[in-house]
Amino acid sequence: MNALTGHLSELGHGVVTTVELTVVTTIAALLIGIIVAILRITPVPMLRGIGLVYVEVLQNLPLLALLVLFVFALPQIGITFPLFTSAAIVIACYEGAYMAEAIRAGINTVAVGQAEAARAIGLTFSQSLRHVILPQALRAVIQPIGNICIALLMNTSLAAAVGVVELTQAANNVNLVEAQPIEVFTGAGIAYMLMALIIGFTTGRLERKLAIVR
Amino acid sequence: MSTRNDQKLLFDEPGPRGRRRIKIATVVGAVVVVAAIALAVRQFADHGELAAARWQPFSQWPIWRYLLTGLWATLRAAAATAVLGGAFGLLLALGRLSRRRVPRYLAGAYVEIFRTVPALLLIYVTLFALPHYGLNFSLFWKLVLPLVVSNSAAFAEIFRAGIRALPRGQSEAGLAIGLRPWQVMRLVVLPQAVLRLAPTLVSQLVGLLKDTSLGFVVSYTELLYSGQVLSSFTHLLIQTFLMVALLYLIVNASLSKFARVLQARGGRLFGRRQRSASRDAVPPLVSQRGGMV
Repeated sequence: MNALTGHLSELGHGVVTTVELTVVTTIAALLIGIIVAILRITPVPMLRGIGLVYVEVLQNLPLLALLVLFVFALPQIGITFPLFTSAAIVIACYEGAYMAEAIRAGINTVAVGQAEAARAIGLTFSQSLRHVILPQALRAVIQPIGNICIALLMNTSLAAAVGVVELTQAANNVNLVEAQPIEVFTGAGIAYMLMALIIGFTTGRLERKLAIVR
Repeated sequence: MSTRNDQKLLFDEPGPRGRRRIKIATVVGAVVVVAAIALAVRQFADHGELAAARWQPFSQWPIWRYLLTGLWATLRAAAATAVLGGAFGLLLALGRLSRRRVPRYLAGAYVEIFRTVPALLLIYVTLFALPHYGLNFSLFWKLVLPLVVSNSAAFAEIFRAGIRALPRGQSEAGLAIGLRPWQVMRLVVLPQAVLRLAPTLVSQLVGLLKDTSLGFVVSYTELLYSGQVLSSFTHLLIQTFLMVALLYLIVNASLSKFARVLQARGGRLFGRRQRSASRDAVPPLVSQRGGMV
């Protein structure tokens, strides 16, 4: 256990960075997801096309390739951000595509009568989205969104590959000093599992509280 | 298909005012896209990245041959991961559905653990921990083994869901005609489950192919790392990585498209589409699953 207890502050910093990255990108990805999902169902073919291209491109590129492109290649055309910000932007955009698909699936589960009723009482497209469709759609996809959050948590580890010192990288650094791989990596693995458990527990509670029982 | 549903769901045929709004929104959308492209082009031009000399190398075969060799390595790693991970995942799913307690708990623990541990952490284990104990694999296996470990957990969940989604009547009928439980699984349940899962399994292939980009960390020369090596020779960072991204996009978009085609055809590529149509027409008394699937 010495390898872990002797480097608590380093590992703690790693955990904090991972949590920060996860929280920031989850919120951003959720916002991107809602916007793109709306783009994909608007009456405007042009906007639907933009949403479709966004989802197709980001779901079919490896996150690591996007990170490498953003962090190493974009500075060549004069676009630079701090490392953490870059990683957050890329992960948020990437997971936003998955959020969009989950939310769109939720929109498809809302009964047709709801939208028809909304139109019948004269709500416009954006009003019926805001007051009728989205509240129901989002409640229907709490569980899938939770799964995306867990995937997102695991994907934050890829930020290590471009130099962000989050939990995976911190564990690796400690291991390079202490050469106690089993302890260090098991410890990091348990930390990830605990964080995933917390996300799963939270979404479970949220779902019980918010989901509409039909 | 779903887009048409969405449209039907959310808006009627637009009237004159609606059509005007759609036109305005189209123009605004087009302006935003054009502005974004113009901004990107200006950034490229300002830093001299549009010069012909910076793109010329990509008209030469040796450069492409190098990248395509990387793509081939990516596909090989993905294929190895898919075969091993798929087989192991199927075993795990059968274990989780087993009537015996020991395999059920072991498989359950494995899946729950490796579903929530990042693949990169597992790669660090094979890179830095296992050599410590005398297990030094080749670069290929240093990439593939961790991916098999994490992807088999994902495959196990897919198979388990597919097997459980099959109506009970299928296995009950198998047992009723005197098949052993193992025969029921092999002859009745698995063929149907795999057929229905085909689109999901193909989508999982996309995820797995993306995972092989972790070869970048292992320094196994798959597509992404090839791009890195190439750009350190040519100093054409952004051009090279854009080409790499393009190659990934082509391969993965084709796979995703393939998954959608499979989805639309009920898992079959050729013939026998009549049957699935008639299966849907089974009266509700028999089907029992209603409109769930």
